[in-house]
Amino acid sequence: MTVVDDNALDGNAIGGLLHEVFGTEMTAAVAVCRSCGASGPMAETVVFLRAPGTVVRCRACSSILMVVVKHHQLNCVDLYGLAALEP
Amino acid sequence: MAGTAVRGRLTWQVATVDAVCDETPSVRTIVLSVPGWAGHAAGQHLDVQVTAEDGYSAQRSYSIASAPGEPLTITVERLEDGEVSPYLTDELRARDEIEIRGPIGGYFVWAGDDAATPLLLVAGGSGVVPFRSILRHRHNLGSKVPIRVLYSARSLPDVIYRAELDHADEGVTVTYTLTRQQPPGWTGHAGRVDRHLLAEVAWPADTDPLTFVCGPTPFVEAVASSLVDLGYPGGRIRTERYGGTEEP
Repeated sequence: MTVVDDNALDGNAIGGLLHEVFGTEMTAAVAVCRSCGASGPMAETVVFLRAPGTVVRCRACSSILMVVVKHHQLNCVDLYGLAALEP
Repeated sequence: MAGTAVRGRLTWQVATVDAVCDETPSVRTIVLSVPGWAGHAAGQHLDVQVTAEDGYSAQRSYSIASAPGEPLTITVERLEDGEVSPYLTDELRARDEIEIRGPIGGYFVWAGDDAATPLLLVAGGSGVVPFRSILRHRHNLGSKVPIRVLYSARSLPDVIYRAELDHADEGVTVTYTLTRQQPPGWTGHAGRVDRHLLAEVAWPADTDPLTFVCGPTPFVEAVASSLVDLGYPGGRIRTERYGGTEEP
């Protein structure tokens, strides 16, 4: 199943947020999906900015890879859906 | 805070507007001056933060329109229901200050060192902005990398950077397709970018082109899948999607 949603952006759109969270450029980092094993650059993931928080999904199977919720200047980051993330 | 940028960290900085220039009735180019700006790569973007008097702030990303080494420039399209773009296109004046952070991105970039293969740049609407940076970078480097640009716009007056694109360097071919309105006597392409148009305009897949596609999400999805249908390997197609606009 692939995500077809006109509101979806991609990992380029969260380049700034990822840099904030990881302290370095991450759009070219390779993300590996825990659900289907697909791997590809963060820039090519499916990103929803208008969900409650920022939601990053796998382009191959649309499983959630990562969720970032900002609370009082603090980023709460859930990486459970990622099997690996290699800068 | 301004002046406290630490190398490697991404911090908000104050940028001063040096100049503004209207490209089309809804698109404006803004030249910024940022003390200590470390430079950028072609294809990168900035985050812009605008804060209202009541403290509410909104952030948006804008592609950098200038080549590495040139004054930092962004080009912004006004979205009628936008929180940030109407301020940037309608209110902002020279000597005003805005908060920015960047440069951002390491994937949708062209370093200028991939000389062995041609480039294909496919733009929808204001998706052409990062390609201005790439084309100027090629020019400034004296690069001979062959580039084909396919640019989809609603009408001729909606074409951004038209004067510059119409006088592209040798080795750069720019093809327009006008989706909604064509001027009388228009002999160019009309209608959306599809497999048929790409087969005609894009490099043959066996030349191993490096492709950049930038535009609204539905545009990018359609172009990327058509290119894969034409035999372009997915790993050589770099995409960047943005939201909020009508189909170009």
